Amino acid sequence: MTMAIIGRPLARVDGRAKVTGAARYAADFNQPGQAYAVIVSATVGLGRVTGMDSAAIEKMPGILAVLSHLNAPRLAYGQHKSYIDPATGERLHVLQDERIRFHGQPVAVVVATTIAQAERAAAALRVSYNAERPVVDSAGPEARPIVPEAGRQPDARLPADKARGDADRALAESPVKVDETYDIARENHNPMEPHATIASWNGDRLTLWSKSQFVVNEQAEIAAIFGLPLENVTVICPFIGGAFGTSLRTWPHVTLAAMAAQHVRRPVKLVLTRKQMFFTTGHRPRTVQRIALGATADGKLTSVVHEGTGETSRYEEFMEALTSVTTFLYSCPNVRTRYRLVPVDTGTPNHMRGPGEASGVFALECAMDELAYKLRLDPIDLRRRNEPAIDEGENKPFSSRSLMRCYDLGAEHFGWARRTPEPRSMRDGRLLVGMGVASASYPAFHAPATARARLLPDGTAEVEIAASDMGPGTYTSMTQVAAETLGLPVERVRFSLGRSDYPPAPSHGGSWTMASVGSAIRAACIAVREEAAKGRTDRPIEATASSQRDPQAAERFSMHSFGAVFVEIAVDPDVGTIRVRRAVGAYGIGRVVNPRLARSQCTGGMVGGIGMALMERTVLDARDGRPVNAHMADYLMPVNLDILQLEAHFVEEADPHVNQLGVKGLGEIALVGIAPAIANAVFHATGKRVRALPIRIEDVLTA
Amino acid sequence: MLPFTIEKVRSVEAAIAAASSGRRLIAGGTTLIDLMRDEVEQPQQLVDINALPLSEIRVDRSDLVIGALARMADVAAHPDVQRLHPMVAESLIEGASPQLRNMASIGGNLLQRVRCPYFRMLDAACNKRSPLSGCAALGGLNAGHAILGTSDHCVATHPSDVAVTLVALDATMRVVGPKGERTFLVEELFRLPGDTPHLEHTLLPGELIVEVRVPGGPVGRRGRYLKVRDRASYEFALVSAAAALDVADGVIRGARLAVGGVGTRPWRMRAVESALIGKVPDRKVFEAAARLALEGALPLSGNRYKLELLPRTIVRAFEMTGGIA
Repeated sequence: MTMAIIGRPLARVDGRAKVTGAARYAADFNQPGQAYAVIVSATVGLGRVTGMDSAAIEKMPGILAVLSHLNAPRLAYGQHKSYIDPATGERLHVLQDERIRFHGQPVAVVVATTIAQAERAAAALRVSYNAERPVVDSAGPEARPIVPEAGRQPDARLPADKARGDADRALAESPVKVDETYDIARENHNPMEPHATIASWNGDRLTLWSKSQFVVNEQAEIAAIFGLPLENVTVICPFIGGAFGTSLRTWPHVTLAAMAAQHVRRPVKLVLTRKQMFFTTGHRPRTVQRIALGATADGKLTSVVHEGTGETSRYEEFMEALTSVTTFLYSCPNVRTRYRLVPVDTGTPNHMRGPGEASGVFALECAMDELAYKLRLDPIDLRRRNEPAIDEGENKPFSSRSLMRCYDLGAEHFGWARRTPEPRSMRDGRLLVGMGVASASYPAFHAPATARARLLPDGTAEVEIAASDMGPGTYTSMTQVAAETLGLPVERVRFSLGRSDYPPAPSHGGSWTMASVGSAIRAACIAVREEAAKGRTDRPIEATASSQRDPQAAERFSMHSFGAVFVEIAVDPDVGTIRVRRAVGAYGIGRVVNPRLARSQCTGGMVGGIGMALMERTVLDARDGRPVNAHMADYLMPVNLDILQLEAHFVEEADPHVNQLGVKGLGEIALVGIAPAIANAVFHATGKRVRALPIRIEDVLTA
Repeated sequence: MLPFTIEKVRSVEAAIAAASSGRRLIAGGTTLIDLMRDEVEQPQQLVDINALPLSEIRVDRSDLVIGALARMADVAAHPDVQRLHPMVAESLIEGASPQLRNMASIGGNLLQRVRCPYFRMLDAACNKRSPLSGCAALGGLNAGHAILGTSDHCVATHPSDVAVTLVALDATMRVVGPKGERTFLVEELFRLPGDTPHLEHTLLPGELIVEVRVPGGPVGRRGRYLKVRDRASYEFALVSAAAALDVADGVIRGARLAVGGVGTRPWRMRAVESALIGKVPDRKVFEAAARLALEGALPLSGNRYKLELLPRTIVRAFEMTGGIA
C-alpha cells in the first residue's frame, strides 16, 4: 500500500502547539529549585582583567555565587572538534584566565535566587581592566591576511587557492573586462528566540535544556569540556525559535550554565540578553572580495578571478565557502580563486544563513551584471552563453542542473520581458523602477544519520532521531516521509526529535536535514515495514537504520541546487528610499517534499536576503570593538511593512543520484542570490553601482 | 534593574505633590521602563499617573486639544485629528511600532529621551547620562546624529516625530505645578544641549504636562509629515519634515516647516518659511528655500549625507502638501 504523502502541501503538524504556546522552548523547561545566572561581559575590546570587586556583590540579596577566572573551576576542555567547529585553532576557554580577546567576552557569571537579583548584581559588579586598543577592521591598514591552515592542501574541502588555466593572463588579454571589489558588512543572526540553557546535575550526570541546532554535538562538546563520559550528558531541545546558524556550535554560555549549576548545586537557568547575542554567539563575517571577469565581445567568459577575504577571530580560523560557487557556476577555461582570512580582535564568526555561498555569489553575480552591461547583453542571455555542460571545477557531470530552466520559469512569472535594459529607463510616476536578476546555488549535501522507527500494535508508529527543527518544518516533512514509507496516514505517526539520546543526526544546517534525516527515517521505516510483512504480531516492531550517500554517486557527480532570482525595486529619486516591490525565485531543488513548507522556506530566505542587501550590519566601534548597534531598534532587519510580494516556484527536477528520496534540500539557497539581484536592480533603477552592503539611502541619494 | 516602588495617584494635585518630592512620574512607560532595565534611569520611587483624567481629545473652537495622557494610537485614529490636522496623525503613525503607540502618551512622547546608542550603554562615555564623562558619539557611530544645535558635549537628535509637527504648527502646552499653571509653545519645552546636555527640557520641578493645544486654521489642514529612513517602519528618522502651506490665489500666504532627525531638538525652519511667502509654489521655489535649511549645519564624521538629504526631504514634503504624488 502506498499513499502519495510526500509532495503534499500538509500544514505544519506542530503548528497548533506553536500558536497555542504548548510548544516548549529551552527556557520553558523550568526546574524545581532553579537559580538564575547572568553573564557579565567585558567592556573592553582587548586586554586583561586586573581586578573584580566580587566581595561587594556577594553580599547583595539572593546572591549564590560570583564566578570569574579568579575562582571558577579549571575545566578539562578535552579535545573535541566537530565539522561545525573551525578546523584550526582552539575554542574560547571561558573564565579560565584573565585575558580579554574581544569586547563582550564573558568575564564573570553571577548566580542568584531570582533573575532580578542576578541582573542587578551583574550590573553592579565592578571589573577593572588593563585595556589595549583592539583591531576590528578586517579591511583596515592593520589587517594582516593569512592563508587558512585547513585550505592549504589542494584537495581541501575549501581550498585557499584553486585554479584551472591561466586566469590572470587570460584576463589581461580579454577584450572586455570587469574588475571590482565588493564589501559585505558583518551581520548577526538575530533569531527571535535568544540563546538559553537550563542546566541540572544529578551526581555526575548533567541534563541541559538548551537551544541547539545540533544536540548530539552539544552533548559531546560539554562532555569534553567537563571531562565527562559522553553518556553522562543529555541535551534536550524540542523546539527552536529561529536560529539561522547561531545555534550550530556550542557557545560559552552553555558551559557557564553547567558550571554555575555545578557550583551552586541546583539547576541554573541562563538566557542571553539581546545585546549579548552580538558578543559570543557568532556572526556572518565581514567579507571583501575582488571579482575580475574577462570575456569575448560576444559574451563568452575567458577569465574569472575571485579573491575573497573573510574576518575571523585571533584564536580560531573560521572558514566558509566564499569562492566555491565561482568554480562551477559558469563555463570558463581560466578560473582562479583565492580565499584568505583576516584575524581581528573579535569572537569567532560562524555560519549565517546561506553562509559563504551567499556572500561569494553576491560578488560574482554583481560582476556578471556589470559585464552584461559592458557587453550590452541581457543578463540572462549572458548566463545562457556561459552555461556549462559539466562542473568544470571538479571535471564531472552535475547530478542534475536546472539553472536555465529556473531562469525561464522565473522570467515568465516575473515578466522579465517587460524590462527595458537602460538604467533609469523605467518609472512608476516619480519613482525609479529597477529590475535585477541573479543566479543562486547551494550544495546538495548529505551526511550520515540514524533513525529509529517503531510500529505499535494499535497501528500507530513512533519515529525518533536527534534532529532539530529551527523552523523549516522538520516535524512535518519527516512525518510525511515516515507515513508514506510505512503506509500509514500522517495522523498515526508520532515523530520526535531534539534529544541527544535519540539516534544521532547531523547538524541542522547546510540544508542537509531533509536528505540526511529523511533518508535515515526512510531506511528505518522500510526495515519496520519489511519486518511487519512477515506476519501479524502483538509486540511492537522496532528498527534502527542508518543512511548515507551512495559513495559511488558522490564520486561520479557534482551535486548542487540552482535557482534564479528576480527582483523589482522602486527608488524614490528625491529622498533615496529603496523598496523591494516584488521578488520571484525559481529553484531546482530535486523533489519537493511539501510545497507549502518549501515556499515558506523560500520567502523566509528572501526576507533574510532583503535584510542583507538593504539593512543589516553590525557596527563595531574602532576604539573598543564594541558592537554599537546591538539592539533590535538599531540593528535593522526587515519588518512587515518592508515585505510586499514574494513568490517561489520550483522546476520539476528528478535527481536519482543525490539520494533515494531525490531531495537536494532547501533553506540556504533561498537567501543566496537575493542581495545581488537587489543590487543589480538598484543599478538598473538609478544608474549607480553600489558594491558595498547594505545599500542605504545615503548610497543612492546622489545617483 | 534597580528595585523601585510604584504608587498610583488619582488627582493632578497628588501627582504634582509626588513630582515635587522628587518621585518620577510614569505614564505609558515605553521609554522609562526600557531605560530602567538598562539602569540608565534609576528612579527609586515611581508614581503612576495613568488614572488622571487627562486622556481627552477635543476641539475647542477650531483648536485641537489633546490631553497629555492620550495614547499615540488613539490620537492618530481620532476623526477630529485627522480632519483638522492630518499631519499630526501622520507623524504619530510614522513613529515607533503599533505596540508602542498603544502605550505611549503624548506627554511622554514629548519627554522621551534620546536614541543615541552610547546614551544607553552604561560603560560608554555620555555627557547626557553622566555629566563630564565625554561624548562617545563624536568619535564613534554618529550616522543618525544631529547636524543642527549640536555642541562639543552632545550631538544626539531629539527622537520624537509628533513633536516636529507640533513645533511646526505653533502648538502650545499647558503645564501645572506647585506654583500654578503656565502655557508656552511646545518649541520652548526643548533645550539645546550646550554644555549641560543632561538638562533636556524647561519644565520646573513638580510640573506636569496637562494638555497640548494645536491652533486651528487653514495651514494645518494640508500639512504633511514626511519621514525618511532605511526601514519602512520602526526606525527613527534619518531626516523628517513637517511642512504646511496656506496658498491663496496661487500664492503662498503662510508656510510652516519643522524638521526632525537633524537637530538636537525639533527644529523649526523660519528662514525657509519666510523665503516662501508671496511665492508661487513650485519645485524651484521649494529648492531655493530649502537651501536655507543648511544654515549653521555642522556634519559629523558619519552623517554628512544629511546635508544632501535634509533639503531634499523639505522639498519633497512641500510638494506633498500640494498633492504632488
